[in-house]
Amino acid sequence: MSERTLRGKVAIAGIGETTYYKHGQSPDAEFKLALQAVLAACRDAGIDPKEVDGFASYGNDRSEAVRLAAALGIKELRFSNMHWGGGGGGVAASVANAAAAVHSGMANCVIAFRSLAQGQFARYGRGAAVAAAAGDDAFLFPYGLMSPAQRFAMKITRFMTEHGIRHEALRSIAMASYHHAQTNPRAVMYGRPLTEEKYDASRWIVEPFHRLFDCCQENDGAGAVLVVPADRAKDLPHKPTYLLGTAQGGHHRSAAPVHNAPDYASAHFPTVAKNMWAMAKLGPQDVDVVQAYENFTGGVLLSLVEHGFVDPKKANEFLVLENLLAPTGRMPMNTSGGNLAECYMHGLEMVNEAVRQLRGTACNQVPNPEVVAVLGGPMVTPVSSLVLGTEATL
Amino acid sequence: MSNALPPGLPAPAQEPVAKPYWEGTRAGKLVIQRCKGCGAHQWGPEWVCHRCHSFDLGWEEVAPRGRIWSWQRPHHPVHPALSGFGPYTIVLVELPDAGNVRMVGNLLCEPTAPVEIGAEVEAVFEPHDEADPPYTLVQWRLKG
Repeated sequence: MSERTLRGKVAIAGIGETTYYKHGQSPDAEFKLALQAVLAACRDAGIDPKEVDGFASYGNDRSEAVRLAAALGIKELRFSNMHWGGGGGGVAASVANAAAAVHSGMANCVIAFRSLAQGQFARYGRGAAVAAAAGDDAFLFPYGLMSPAQRFAMKITRFMTEHGIRHEALRSIAMASYHHAQTNPRAVMYGRPLTEEKYDASRWIVEPFHRLFDCCQENDGAGAVLVVPADRAKDLPHKPTYLLGTAQGGHHRSAAPVHNAPDYASAHFPTVAKNMWAMAKLGPQDVDVVQAYENFTGGVLLSLVEHGFVDPKKANEFLVLENLLAPTGRMPMNTSGGNLAECYMHGLEMVNEAVRQLRGTACNQVPNPEVVAVLGGPMVTPVSSLVLGTEATL
Repeated sequence: MSNALPPGLPAPAQEPVAKPYWEGTRAGKLVIQRCKGCGAHQWGPEWVCHRCHSFDLGWEEVAPRGRIWSWQRPHHPVHPALSGFGPYTIVLVELPDAGNVRMVGNLLCEPTAPVEIGAEVEAVFEPHDEADPPYTLVQWRLKG
């Protein structure tokens, strides 16, 4: 039996994004943002948008595939897919689903995208305005546990306390994103640097580990990538970036209700990371640049640990700013500014940045990278990750 | 005694799958799911036992005590009812007498009080008699 894998089978041929805005500042409707990002990705790939035959998204994206297909005059829709789960847990999964569709022959040319205008709809950072909380929330909301920061805070408290990891490690993660955003004109935090003093003086969102700058932004915008078969990518304008490995899901009962996941202090990547590295036939030591989704800096720590990038025993020593900066850090991370400082586009901006690094066109270019990992939204479930590489890695 | 948090937060929907729990709290008892097939404790409530797949889930009164597994202290108000209030303390409590299942509640303490993982706590039943339908929350305080 032939090996079942996506390794080297598909490529990201085009990337696109809109202008990124602070929440509430987009002059354009959310669906229009989605259209702009899709068209930009097609333009980048040199492919007629009418050739697109599939759409994959996540996070309950409101821009439905059929509406996109109708609005863009798509000739034939062959694949439409929504990945379960909230937040950015599905960012890599949307690319993986697009890849699976392309590789299996279900479709030829699939867009993975996210459009999100929090200013036009409910903001994630607010508790839902409901009279009665149902399901899991019935056991959480009445105690004032409502927002994503609060949902995840106790995982971080437990992990940091158990391993004696200091808040300064999280500060380095935040500062790396802000540092990289200062040379990225697309970044919402472009021109707004973060210093240690500013971070330390920022207000608590949730004690003991979430200050303001540990938390992602809320933004308006859209991002998209175009996935095609690997052999087709060779004839397109850009240097192809190949999918080497990807996985999604969660380990044993990671979604157990009311904070009862057996492995509680987790970003939910233990099995996902293992499966991704297995498909990629690579490990963390082979990665040149890391894009690690920040909903909260504590989640980045957990995610880095579970993907094998950081040993929790050495986290205090390793997670210092200089190690995380392009071009010369030991592990350049979130090189466009990430969710904290480029744009909270639910991680889609990180896939775009991974492609830019491999093409050699990033704002904070790491010299000649061959492998870039994108670690999707941590601590939600299901989660997902992927590894991309240049032709040399095939 | 005043409640842990100001009025106006969402009330719990007392859904069928969790009904015995809510009835228990009204009577000052901590009642959680326990599988009649294999004896596993289960929380939050679900229709099937995650261990043996029996649908014959019973409910059992358990000792209203536990240990702090983790904690947080929110400052930023995420709901209008919390504006100008806070910080307040949320704990995740492990119940050693019920297969170490965990419950979320507020720790009744000063907003600056240190909180320690592993500290022993006991349940405090907080009735909301004015609500329609009335309900009772389970809060926690350090064991004296």
